[in-house]
Amino acid sequence: MTEPLLSIRDLSIAYEVGALDVFAVSHATFDVPKGAIVGLVGESGCGKTTMARALTRIISDNARIAGGEMHFDGQDLVALSEPKMNALRWRDISFIPQSAMNSLDPVYRVEYQLLEVLRGRGGLTKRDAKKRAIELFEMVGIDAGRLRDFPHQFSGGMRQRVAIALALALNPKLVVADEPVTALDVIIQRQILDQLQYLQQQLGLSVIIVTHDISVVAYTCDRTVVMYAGKVVEDCDTATLLAAPLHPYTMGLKNAFPDLKSAGSGILTPIAGSPPDLVNPPSGCRFAARCPFVTDLCRAEDPPLVKKTAGHVVACHRSDEAEVLREQAKQPGTWEAGA
Amino acid sequence: MITPMIKLENAELHYKVGNAMSAMMGLPSTVKAVDGVTFSLNRGESVGLLGESGCGKTSLGRILVKLEKVTSGSARFDGDEIGQLKGENLRRFRARSQMIFQNPFDAVNPRYSIRKTLEEPLSNARIVRSEWNERVIASLELVGLGDPKQYLERFPHQLSGGQLQRVVMARALILEPDFVVADEPVSMLDVSVRAGVLNVFRDVRDRLGLTAIYISHDLALVRYVCERTIVMYLGRIMEDGPTEDIVHEPLHPYSQALVAAVPTPRTDQSHDPLPIGAGAPDPRNPPSGCVFRDRCPQAADRCAAEVPLPRPIGSRLVACHLAER
Repeated sequence: MTEPLLSIRDLSIAYEVGALDVFAVSHATFDVPKGAIVGLVGESGCGKTTMARALTRIISDNARIAGGEMHFDGQDLVALSEPKMNALRWRDISFIPQSAMNSLDPVYRVEYQLLEVLRGRGGLTKRDAKKRAIELFEMVGIDAGRLRDFPHQFSGGMRQRVAIALALALNPKLVVADEPVTALDVIIQRQILDQLQYLQQQLGLSVIIVTHDISVVAYTCDRTVVMYAGKVVEDCDTATLLAAPLHPYTMGLKNAFPDLKSAGSGILTPIAGSPPDLVNPPSGCRFAARCPFVTDLCRAEDPPLVKKTAGHVVACHRSDEAEVLREQAKQPGTWEAGA
Repeated sequence: MITPMIKLENAELHYKVGNAMSAMMGLPSTVKAVDGVTFSLNRGESVGLLGESGCGKTSLGRILVKLEKVTSGSARFDGDEIGQLKGENLRRFRARSQMIFQNPFDAVNPRYSIRKTLEEPLSNARIVRSEWNERVIASLELVGLGDPKQYLERFPHQLSGGQLQRVVMARALILEPDFVVADEPVSMLDVSVRAGVLNVFRDVRDRLGLTAIYISHDLALVRYVCERTIVMYLGRIMEDGPTEDIVHEPLHPYSQALVAAVPTPRTDQSHDPLPIGAGAPDPRNPPSGCVFRDRCPQAADRCAAEVPLPRPIGSRLVACHLAER
């Protein structure tokens, strides 16, 4: 097997809140293969955005990487000196922030913003940078004649395309996109995802998509990492994950999503309750309070992340019984107890 | 004959845009957000308004709760012209028709406790104070916030998005309205809590026999709450009919694209390019004839020349020259 482009090992990220350390990410471990799209899924507050930002090491002032390793292309990003890390940003790892469409500077023409990156970070000459800007616009499907427009002259979907063009400006190896299609219409959403996937294949990129929406990973991602309350709970190729999830949380996420292709209108089942307070996380499994299959063992002991089959890892004490639990999880009554 | 709850006839809503400069340059000075919409809604019926941003679905919803007034045409609520309501009639209308907004954090006053948030409509409707406490608690129970007392003295920032959206629903329902407009009520919420809010919406609507309009761009959500769907594009109705029929056999080319674009939690979804191009045209300057024609894969000469009027095909009304079963 070829080396993955990115290997996260046992990574923890803590926010300093008063005198306390709150771990937004604890002991996360997963890989991003070369040329793959990996989804990072979970609900608000599960640590997925913190995790994604940590890859560029641009995290809040009160946050720090408290342990673990991030191997990218042969170097450990955690141990890298700041100047070396800075040299990687945008050139090797680029980041598309959440609501990227609002991340453009409203008082500058988009061409200026592209040139700034190409010349300032990329060191291109003015002439080369202008050529590259045109190329980038064509790549993301916007007429190059619009380079001289201001951000407000573009629609939301087009601004998102500009944000993608910016991220691709310096031919990075890895693009991290935080909720790239949230707040977009279904039609624009589909077109942006098609574009991302097309570019990823053309350029041989690796992409991490952070999202709370399993339909986005189902449509785009080769692999999916499910996070819950700061921990990786399941990591698998997307098709297997959706067809045969091993973690009850993943089973619950699937139940909560309306599926237009299903026969009836079916009843959607929410996962009752809310994630635990990370200031004072439970000692056992963090999903225990919401899990319909909880046992005493789950409340007492945090399940380790274990490999069930090649390429499928899960953190659940009852993953051996997954087949039976999946059947039970399909019954809406199963999930009511926790409410 | 029974009066329909909602009756729109050729309703139009124009917004003024541009300035003196654009007027001098001969640019149009109005945008027709709603452009000749006709439909009626019977008591207890739920309809989904489906379309992309800018299609006029929210403007239409706002007309129906009197946050906007039709520029021309007619919009009636229980027989009364909504724009003409005044005085005591208006106060009664305000209690009977309610809106649930998209972002719960924008829809409540951050400095009001949940109790005060819910008491405000009671005070506006001049409900006697002795009933307040009971009604506040009943409304929270109605939207599935069990043990309501623990929420009363909390403030909006102390609630999760899903909980706060339930409070917004409780506020809309506390005066026992007949008619509710819900504008993308779950789009700001996490997928795991969406189902809960949708279930409450369905449940409450059935229990109270509400007439409801559910605004969304996602057909899968509309299908979950409404038996009937109206597809809008650039201020006009493209297709109107039973939701299941539109899901299984969309007749208008625009509905077909919306159905194809719906996200599913499956890995076997088709990756074929959508049959329509990106982005709606400038609403100040819509195409002649059929407004959809410049994105339509089937557009013919007739589509540029003639505005397609809604015509019945089976169970539906379809505004397309070419659509057939």
